[in-house]
Parts: sequence; C-alpha cells; structure tokens
Amino acid sequence: MEENIKRYWNGLEQLKNDPEYVKYADKEFPQELPVGKEDSASPSSSRRDFLKMMGFSVAAASLAACEAPVRKAIPYLNKPVNLEPGVPNYYASTYSVGGDYCSIVVKTREGRPIKIQGNKLSHFSKGGTSAQVEASVLSLYDKERITGPILDGEKAEWEVVDAEIIKELKTIADQNGQIRIVSHSVLSPTTQDIIDKFLEKYPSSKHIVYDTDSMHGMRVANKNNFGLSLIPAYNFNKADVIISFDADFLGNWLNAVGYSRDYAKTRKVNKEHRKMSRHYQYESLMSLTGSNADYRIPVKPSKQGIIIAKLYNLIASKAGQNTLNVADPGEVKFLTKAADQLWSSRGKSLVVAGSNDPDVQMLVNGINAMLGNYGSTIDLSNPVNLKQGNDEAMDAFVKELTEGKIGGVIFYNANPVYNHPKGSEIADSISKTSLSISTSGVKDETASLVKYILPDHHYLESWNDAEPVPGQLSLAQPSITPLFDTRQVQKSLLTWMEEEITDYYQYLNNTWERKYFPTQQKISEFQTFWDQSLHDGVYDYDAGTISAGDYLPVEGVAQGIGRKYSASNDGLELVLYTKIGIGNGTQANNPWLQEMPDPITKTTWDNYLTVPQALARELGIGADGNEFPVATLSARGMTMKVPVLIQPGQARGTLGLALGYGRKNAGIVANNLGIDAYPLMDNSRGFWSNVILEGVNMEPLSETYRIAQTQTHHTYMGRTNVIQEAYLEEYQADPAAGRHYANIAASMDLDRKMGDGKVDGKIDAKKITLWKGHDYNNHHWGLMVDMNSCIGCSACTISCQVENNVPVVGKEEVLNRRDMHWIRIDRYYSSDAPVNDPVGLEEAAENPEITHQPMMCQHCNNAPCETVCPVAATTHSTEGLNQMTYNRCVGTRYCANNCPYKVRRFNWFKYHDNDQFSMNTSMHNDLGKMVLNPDVVVRSRGVMEKCSFCVQRIQYGKLEAKLEGRRPGDGEINVACAESCPSEALVFGDLNDPESRINKMMKVKDDNGNKVIQEDRIYTVLEEIGVRPNVFYTTKIRNKDLEDKNA
Amino acid sequence: MEVVSTVRPPLVTGGKTASDVTNDICRQVEGKPSKSWLMGMAISLTVLAIGLYATIVLLWEGIGVWGLNKTVGWAWDITNFVWWVGIGHAGTLISAILLLFRQKWRMSINRAAEAMTIFAVICAMMFPGFHMGRLWLGFYWALPLPNTFGSLWVNFNSPLLWDVFAISTYFTVSAVFWYIGLIPDFATIRDRARNKISKLIYGALSFGWDGAAKTWSRYESVALILAGLATPLVLSVHTIVSFDFATSVIPGWHTTIFPPYFVAGAIFSGFAMVMTLMLVARHVMNLKDYITIYHIELMNIIIIITGSIVGVAYLTELFISWYSGVPAEQYAFLNRATGPYWWAYWIMMTCNVISPQLFWIRKIRTSIVASFILSIVVNIGMWFERFVIIVTSLHRDYLPSSWAMFYPTFYDVGEYLFSLGFFFTSFLLFAKFFPVVNMAEVKSIIKSTGSTIKTSK
Repeated sequence: MEENIKRYWNGLEQLKNDPEYVKYADKEFPQELPVGKEDSASPSSSRRDFLKMMGFSVAAASLAACEAPVRKAIPYLNKPVNLEPGVPNYYASTYSVGGDYCSIVVKTREGRPIKIQGNKLSHFSKGGTSAQVEASVLSLYDKERITGPILDGEKAEWEVVDAEIIKELKTIADQNGQIRIVSHSVLSPTTQDIIDKFLEKYPSSKHIVYDTDSMHGMRVANKNNFGLSLIPAYNFNKADVIISFDADFLGNWLNAVGYSRDYAKTRKVNKEHRKMSRHYQYESLMSLTGSNADYRIPVKPSKQGIIIAKLYNLIASKAGQNTLNVADPGEVKFLTKAADQLWSSRGKSLVVAGSNDPDVQMLVNGINAMLGNYGSTIDLSNPVNLKQGNDEAMDAFVKELTEGKIGGVIFYNANPVYNHPKGSEIADSISKTSLSISTSGVKDETASLVKYILPDHHYLESWNDAEPVPGQLSLAQPSITPLFDTRQVQKSLLTWMEEEITDYYQYLNNTWERKYFPTQQKISEFQTFWDQSLHDGVYDYDAGTISAGDYLPVEGVAQGIGRKYSASNDGLELVLYTKIGIGNGTQANNPWLQEMPDPITKTTWDNYLTVPQALARELGIGADGNEFPVATLSARGMTMKVPVLIQPGQARGTLGLALGYGRKNAGIVANNLGIDAYPLMDNSRGFWSNVILEGVNMEPLSETYRIAQTQTHHTYMGRTNVIQEAYLEEYQADPAAGRHYANIAASMDLDRKMGDGKVDGKIDAKKITLWKGHDYNNHHWGLMVDMNSCIGCSACTISCQVENNVPVVGKEEVLNRRDMHWIRIDRYYSSDAPVNDPVGLEEAAENPEITHQPMMCQHCNNAPCETVCPVAATTHSTEGLNQMTYNRCVGTRYCANNCPYKVRRFNWFKYHDNDQFSMNTSMHNDLGKMVLNPDVVVRSRGVMEKCSFCVQRIQYGKLEAKLEGRRPGDGEINVACAESCPSEALVFGDLNDPESRINKMMKVKDDNGNKVIQEDRIYTVLEEIGVRPNVFYTTKIRNKDLEDKNA
Repeated sequence: MEVVSTVRPPLVTGGKTASDVTNDICRQVEGKPSKSWLMGMAISLTVLAIGLYATIVLLWEGIGVWGLNKTVGWAWDITNFVWWVGIGHAGTLISAILLLFRQKWRMSINRAAEAMTIFAVICAMMFPGFHMGRLWLGFYWALPLPNTFGSLWVNFNSPLLWDVFAISTYFTVSAVFWYIGLIPDFATIRDRARNKISKLIYGALSFGWDGAAKTWSRYESVALILAGLATPLVLSVHTIVSFDFATSVIPGWHTTIFPPYFVAGAIFSGFAMVMTLMLVARHVMNLKDYITIYHIELMNIIIIITGSIVGVAYLTELFISWYSGVPAEQYAFLNRATGPYWWAYWIMMTCNVISPQLFWIRKIRTSIVASFILSIVVNIGMWFERFVIIVTSLHRDYLPSSWAMFYPTFYDVGEYLFSLGFFFTSFLLFAKFFPVVNMAEVKSIIKSTGSTIKTSK
C-alpha cells in the first residue's frame, strides 16, 4: 500500500530520516534563532539586530534633524489675568520724551508693547500722534540701551553706586559745593515735587531746565506784558485768520499734534459749509506749516522783526493806538491785506511767531491784544507747561561749570553735550566736577563723559504723571516689566534723599491721593479713582484759573527791534531748524525716523544745507540725479562741509540747516549721519537764536554728495487727474470746482447706448468698462483722504511701518529708490510753466503752492495688478480689498509695473536677520524683534508687498463683533494710518454701512446696487483708466483770493 | 523636374558635387578644432564664467543686486528676454515659412539658423526665470500642475502665463524640427566615421537612419508637418510676448500695435543675428560656395522690409499717442524722445530705422563687411528698442512722484553676459560637432541650381 502512495520529501535529510533532522522536524526554523539570547560569545550581530539598530538610528537621526524650531516657548503655568495669547491689551499712558508730550494708548501683545496710538480722551493732544511718538516704541527695544548702572565705564551695583553717591552728595553739600540737576522741561508734577524736595535736602543745589528749541523769549515777553512767565494756550480751532511768523505750529512747535487737529478743523469744507480759515505764513525756510498756508511769503529773518512791527503799526492805526517808530521793511506782500483781515476778524484771529526774541514776542502780544484775541484764540489762564527752559539759567550753569564751581551735576535725561550750543564747553568741563551723573538710557554724548551712568527706565517701563496744562493731568504706566536693570530717576533721587518711601509708584500713588483725589467728588474710593485715571490715561480737574494781568505795553520794544532787524541785509543768513522726523535729535538712533522722508524735501538719512533757487542759480549749482553739490559753510567762526539741496519757496539770501544730526554717540544707526548744527546756534543778539544773521558764508566746492530722496520729481506736471484743486471763491460758487472729469468722446453706437449720461456730448469714462464688477454683500471697505486736512506730517507713514512690520532699508537702498513704506505722502510743488510745456513744468515755481497727497494701495475694484500675476498671488477679496498672498508670490514684479500708482514694494533683499541691513534694528536682533506685530508676517526675500488696509485689524474687528453676535460698528475697525492722523485727514470705513462716517462724508447713495458718490469734491486718482479705486480723495481748496492766484 | 529660371544666380557656387558637399561639411566635424574655433571658445567660456559669477551672486543675494527699483521693476532682464526671443524667430521663419514657400536659398542657412533659434530661445527662457524673486518656487508654480496646496491654480489671465505656454511650445517644436533635420546628416557622419566613439555617438544620434526611399519619404512628410505647425508659432510667440506690455495699463505699453510690430521686429533682429553668425561661419569654415553673396543679399532684403515695418510702427506709435489726446500717453512718447533716456531712443531710431535703409544701395547690400557691421548695428538697435519700451515707459508713468531713473549694475550686465556666453559657447559646440549646413538638402539643389551641372560619375 505504501508503494501506491506518492511520497513527497523536502530534502534528502527527510528521505533518509536523518536523526539530526528529526530532532527539529516540527520547528519552523531548523536552527535556534538568537532572539532574546544573551550570547556574548558571538559578537557578530544578527539580521534582526541589524534591522533594529538601523531602525533606531534612522529614527534617531531623523529626530535629531527635525530639531523643533520653537526654542523659548514656555506655556503659562498660571495664566495672568486678562492676558489671552493673540489678544492685544491696551494701556493708556503718556509719551514724554525730551520735553515733548503726547497722551497715548499702548497696544501690547503677549506682554510686549508693539504699537502706540493717540489717546482720544486727551484734551491736549486730542487723539493724534506724531511720527516721533509712533516711532518711540522701537527705542524700548534698542539693543544699545544700557543694561544697568555704570561706574567709570564698568558695570556696577545699584547699592554700591547709591552709597557712593549719597556720600559724595553729602560731602559736596557740607562744603557748600554746588549741585545741579540739568534736565529738559519736566512735565510731571510729582517728579517736579521730588526734584524740589531734593533741592531742599541739598540746599546748594539748583534745577536747570533748558530746551533744545528754546521758547524762553516768549516766556520773557509774557512776563513783561502780563506779569507771568508762561506760554499761553493757542486755540487754532477758533481762529478765522491765522498769521504765523516762522512758527511751525503744525511741525515741531509746542503742541503740534493738538494744533494740527484744531487747525484742520478750520480747514474742512463741504457743500453745506463752504468756509475755511485763512492762513498767512511769513517765513524764511519752507516749513511744514508754511507748506499748508494759503498765503506763504518768504522773508529773510533779518527783516522779520520789522515786518511784525509794520503789522503792529497797521493794526495800531486801525485800533487808534500809538504806532511804533521802526524802519520800514519796504514792500511786504499781502501784509496790508492780512492786517485788514485780522482787523475784521477781531477776536477770531491769531498771530504767532516762532522767534525766541522777547521783543518780537512782545510785538506779537501787542498785536493779539489789540485784536482782542486774548480770551478767545489765546488763553492765558490755561498756560502750556511745555518749554520751561530758562536760557539764562542754563548759560549761567555752563559758565559755572567751566569755571569749576560745580561740585556735582545730574543730567536728568538730558544730553547737553550734544544738543546745547555750548556742548563742547560742557564736555570739557564735566571732569571738573567731583560727581557727575547721567540718567540716559543709552551711552550718549553726555553719558559717555560722566562718572556714573544710572539708566532710567524707558518711558514705556515707567510710572509717571504729566501735566501739560494745569488741570489736565495724565498718567504713564508701565506696559512691560523693565527689560534691564534700570531704575527710574525719581526712585534714584528719593534714594539719594534717603527718603522713607523710595518706590516711585508708591510715591506717585500717595501724591495723587493727597493732591488730586480731593479735587473731585464723583468717586469716593481712591482706588477706584486711581484705576479710572489709569484706565483713561488722563484726569482733568479744576486747577484754578491763573490770573494773568491785562496787557501792559513795554517801552523800548521798538528800539530793540530797530537794533536787531534791518530792512536790508546783503549777506547770507543761516536758519537752523528741526525736521519733523528727527526733531532735536533725541531719537536720532531710531531707524524708522531716519528713513522717514522729510515731509518737504522728501530726503532721508541726512541733513543738508537748503538754499533758495535764486542763490543756486546765481552760484550755478544744481543737483544731478542723486548727486548734490557740496559747499563749505562758515558761520560763527566755524567751517564745515555740507551737501546742498535746492529748496523752492525759501527766502532769497537764506540758508537752512537741520539740527538733530551729526550725533557721535547715539548708536549704530545715527552715528556720524549728517552735520551737527547745534554749535552754530547764536546768542550774539542777547537771546539764543536759531538764526545767524552775520558772517555767514557759503563756497560751492566741486565735489558732490549723494542725498537719498524718496521722491525725485517734485512737480505734478499739471496732471489734473492726479491733483485736483480750486480756490475757495471758486468752490463757493461751484462745489465741483477743480474737479477734472474723465469724459471721453465715444463712437456713435456707444453714444446712443449711453443716452443721457453725457457731459458736453462726451461720456463719463467710468461708465465704460469691460469689467463685470464685484458684489460686495457683506462689507465694502474704503478710505477717504481729505486733502484739505492732510498737512503732510507723516505720522501715518510711521504708524503703518510699526503696524505692518515694514522694513527699514538704509540710505543706499533709498538712493536705489527701494524704500518700503506702504503709505507715502507725495509732495508736489506747483510750477509757473504753462500746462503745455512739459520741460518747464519739471521746474518748481520759486514760491510754489504745495500739495500733500497720501498715496497707498488704492485697492482698485478692477485692479490691474490682479490680472497680471501668473500665480494668482494677488487677488480680490469679497470686501473690496486687493489682497497680497506673500506665500504664493514668486516675485515677477509684473504687478508693480502694472500698478498705475506705483505703491507696490518688492523685497529686493532679505531685510531681516541680514548684517547688510543692520540698521533695520526691528528685524535684526532678538531685542528689536520684540516690536514686531505678531499679526503680520515678516516678508521674505523676493516677494511683493503693499498696503493691505490693515487686513489683520479688519479680521480682528470682525471676529470681535462676531463673538458678540453683532456687526462691527463704524469706527471700531480702523486702519493704522487713519488712527494716527492728527488732523483726521484719513477716514476709513465700510461703504456698505449707510451710517458710517465715510459714507456720510462722501454722501454715498445706493442706486440699484451701484454706489453713487454725491459729494462733489470726491475724486479718485487716475479716474480715466477705469481701475475704480476704493481710496477717495477730495479736491484741495485753498483760501486764496482769485486776484492773488499768480502772486 | 523643376524648371528654374536661368536669370537666377546659382545657389551653390564653385562647381560643387554631392561628394564635395559631404566633404566640405564633414571636414569641420571630423577634423581637429581649428585655432580660430579654440580662440572663439576661450572667449565664450570667459564671458560665460563672468556671467556665471553674476548669476550665482544674483541667486544668492536677491534681485536687489540689479539696478531695478520700486518704479522700474523690469529693465535688462525682460529687455534681454524679448531680445533673445526675437532673435530666436529667424530660425523657424527660415526653415518653416521659407520651406512652405519653397525658397530654396534657405537650404544652406537653415541648419545654423535653427540652431541659433534653439540657443536663443534657451537664453530667452533664462530671464523670466532669473528675474523672479523666488525662482526656486516660481519655476514650477508658474505651470498648471496638479498640486496639494489646496485649490491653487495658475492665473490664466496673466500674459506671463501665456508666455510660459508660447515659449515652451515654440522651443519644443523648434527643437524637434531641428533635430529631425539633423538625422540624415548624422547618418552621413556616422557612415564616414573612422573611430569607434564617433561611430557610436553619431550612430545613436542618427536613430538608425537607413537612407531607404521610405525613410526619406517619411522624413519629408514630417518636415512638412512640422513646418506647418511651426509657421503659426512664428507669428504667435512674439505676439504673445508683446501682450506682456499691450495688455497692461502703463502708457507706452498699452498699445494695440504691439503684436505685428513685435513680430516684424523679431524677424528683423533674427535675420540680423543669422547674418552675423553666418558671415563668421562662412569665413572661418570656408563655406563661401554655400553661403553666397546671393544669400546675403536676400537676407538683407528681408532686413530692409522688416526694418521698414518697424520704422513705420514707431512713427505710427508717435502719431497715435498724439492723436489719442491722452496726456499720459502723449507724455510717455515725448519723454522717450526727449526725456532722460533720449539717447536710448535715438540709438534705437538710428540703428533700426535709418541704418537698414542703407541696404537699398546694392553695393552695401552685397558687401560682406557692410552686411556684417549693419547686422550688428541692427541687433544693438533692437536691444535698445526693448529697453526703450520697457524702461522709458516705466520710469515716468502716471504719478510724477514715483518717477525714477534706472541705472544698471554690474550684475545686470553680468546676466546679459551669461546669456551671450551661453549662446556663443553652444553655437561653437554646435559648429564643431554638428554639420552646420544641411548636407542632404543642399545636395538636392546642386543639380538644379548648382553653377555647373555635372553628370554623375
């Protein structure tokens, strides 16, 4: 039977029934596998081991390769109250730097201050900001800040330096040695209180206050005329006629932020209100204020005094008062007209002067008194506490210091070595003191010479209060824990006074409880009062009226004027001025401000000598592209080489040079930029003056120097599709005056189709389109620019830069015309040439009319950029926004080429973390990066960017409203530029919301789904190309009589 | 049997026989590289190396190394692109359109012209690549590829995308056309090859060509089909390139005349470049009997015609800008002629409009030196034409506040050198290793148009 069955065997071993085989026959693997065996005898690893080892090493290698990029993200163990990641917190605070003031709201994200906004509750700064205020948040994150107390250049401990200083102070006091605290104007009443106590404690000490741009002359004048050394409040909003003599009240003069808002209020016109103020500006250089004037008359500074005297006489003869006997200035344009108007607007007019000459200020006081402006446009009972500087006291201090009479000096956040005309004398004499302290946060020119640098907190880290006007208090609260081992000066002073309470917060709190809490009845609990004041940032109380005496004429003014001013001065006159961005140079190390184009010259990163056209012609000098001529400037015994820029509108025979440059120890950004003009300040006429009338010389050299301008073509070439303007008389007659309609002749066929929609037989180009249009069912965002209100201050440019992480590119790249600002302000000069002379139109008029036109992405409904992008990186949103998707962009730049407004900005290089752009401090180091807005991505190299209408704010506002189950209200969502605007020139809102401010201002009517704008002043730039922007402009109305059109 | 008018001069001179043709052309390929070739190669490689350095820096640092700015977003990059594309038109025109029109004189120049086309188109394609801010993404994001980015797709509205299709199609068709034409000649070289390596390489390149009647017949049909396909491309490619400008809103770009004007300009510059190269090849490779004065004259006539079309287009543009009544448009053209870049405009005018008119004079038309100089002048002019269109339109467009100047940097020039270096290196390699004249085709006309008609041995 066995024979019949086929036998299958799987090996000879089985066939032979090998015993060795039989032993393992039922096992799957004949050999024992080495799994789990500790067989040390066999060193060779098995296949499994190999696989295991390989698996492990691959896993380990890949784990090591994907090292988690998040390095310092530590979750909150206990989440702080009110701190949600991703949700900003706002703290009201106060900007008070170098004697300037602004009430602010600080936006913080995850504990970091990232943006500064104006505080709308303030009656002083009135909700606006300035470029300097906006930019100041970056100085908090300055890598070059001093991180702790420094003694003789070495790091020290607070306890050690305190002990030494107390000992030294006592020694000096015992020997009756002199101690001085040198500071700019102290606006904080509590700080002043501490300083006063310090002076009591050390009776041989004095507090010296000085200002870089002194207004001591005005205080002296008011002391003489009214018996009080004060600076009155100016109510520009109440003035129908404003005459300013060299006062840049929209720029850097006193409370420019507040004045801008008041001034702009008098400039807004619409169909129902066809009236505006008239503004005359008599000035030597072209200032920001002058650029907004209806009548701007260039005059030499040497003549200014007698021109004001002439105005005084003109008014006096009307008022039936004694005229002054001063030289006649000769023909002064529009002075009689101005006098007539002032007289007819008595009580509603305002005359201001920027001069530091007490005689000039007394003349101005006299004019205002005759016009009855005191009590209406000028308020002596609410004086301004800014500019408390006393030039005489400062001069005396410098004298004492040089004579070695000062034992100890404390420079309280002041840098006189740099920003005082006698800085070099101070520098040489600091070593003569036995105790020298600087509280500067950075090692500036003064701090680098003192024994102790005891750094103050940045203002965003500090507790403080301020009282810019008696009765208008504001509080400053820290919006971040101090980053470094710094200490508030107040605490230092309290420590050195060996007070019981050295904590400044406690001191401040106590002072408020004692002094200000009782001034109100509404709140009975101090804590509630304190919390409320902190929340609002401001607290107004009745400080009691200051009773100024009646106007008292002073003898000898006419003689003073006659002595100091003359009708003819053949020599050149040098005027030192401050720029809007850099100001007095305190914030010079801020790259945002350095790269902010000057509102008038559109230059960045430099100062230069401005010369009038006539002088340039006479000398035969001119710029060639970026190459500007260089000249040697000699004045007051000093000679320096300066680049020369030709400035239309500047008075003949004058030269202008900006202060705030030529810093030696400001930091990597500002060091050695430009020329230091402070030593040129002149006191030869008995007061510190920014004007040098004699011995000024300028010799052109054959060299050239490259000045970086963001705008190199300065006229608008008569293009009425860009700038539309009219004079008030024309506007009063026709609300559509100055409008340029893009009407075109069309084919008969089209003509028939259009029916009645014709003007003069032509068709409105807007009505002809190939586009289907967009449905905006939810929101339709729009921005309106009131050209009458825009003063060109550029706060919006910086506000946008902070909000949207816009990089700084440095001088070289600005020269290459690659500035990155998302919102720029185009400044156009008028030209005298006829419209059909394109070559002549390139030349600005000698005294041009100026237009400031903010220009940002116009968010076209039919956007030319959107169609040309090959990868659809720029697209249209359902809310009317032109969106830019950075991630998708491949950088062909076709969109930028096809943008008629040239508002797109390309990342030519990697601007972040790149040593080539070390000046871009907000993207270059760890500390600087803390200022970046986490809601906005930092763009990489090779992508396009542009204004997004702050889409992150729109989204945030919509989400907030959605959480509460409602629609976002008007004003709840605002773009950064509009928010910062001190003159409310920019209005952002939803065009779909009939209640929105923008809709009401433009009088938008819904006509079968089409929005019809009924306000005649509204136009869009380049209407004829049919891109239909969502940014609207108004015609610029100038209040100039038609008869003076060409004057 | 074709009847050829006796008044027409012979297309091949010197009493060449079919075997002379083979010997004359293959000698270049088979022999050692000549001194002049080595010298040319050394110069080309030097230029290429300088260009390569510029390219590497460009890719490493960013587009900022060029002189572009916020107002002028394109300058040398797209100028070079359009210039090279234009040059790349002659090859296809000669081989396709002239083939369809049975212009036999094209036979001795079409091979080199096509090679020039291929290299010129490669050079052209470099620039849209290098000019991108993010080439590493753009090179494939610009293609309509299925992707995992969500619903992301290319924008079919964008003329740049049309360019992608136009240029890639043109390149593909031209390359295939050129290669097909090379196959019989490769076979000839293969058959003559003495060493193994040559035999192997040319054997592979000739795709097993057997010279059978059927093979020839297929070859002819394919050539005809490809010629038919390529003909519309000659017109379409530059038309589409011109859309980059014509569809925009920028004064000076927004012009309906661009398509015909660009095509004429392209042929104009293409022929000039063919002329430049052929005159050098004729001299260096001793091809005087194949590229005769008659050839040169015919090409010069095409240069007059296209140059005149271009000239008329320039004048039409000026007229229309005035007639339009649009101030921005009027200013754009006034600025071209009299603005800061007036010199570029007048170089363009002189080189493109005035200088080709010299070819009306027979003496100049038939002079080798004059033809050579003028062919270079024309290409300088055509480069400036693109520069004028791109830069002078952009630098002063609508808002005077944004008006700016463009100044080239070393890297702008370097990128151009890179393309020139690449072009000449490629062309020299081609001239050495590939048959520069289409032997098979030329042999077909020896009998009908050769100077001496010989009976076969």
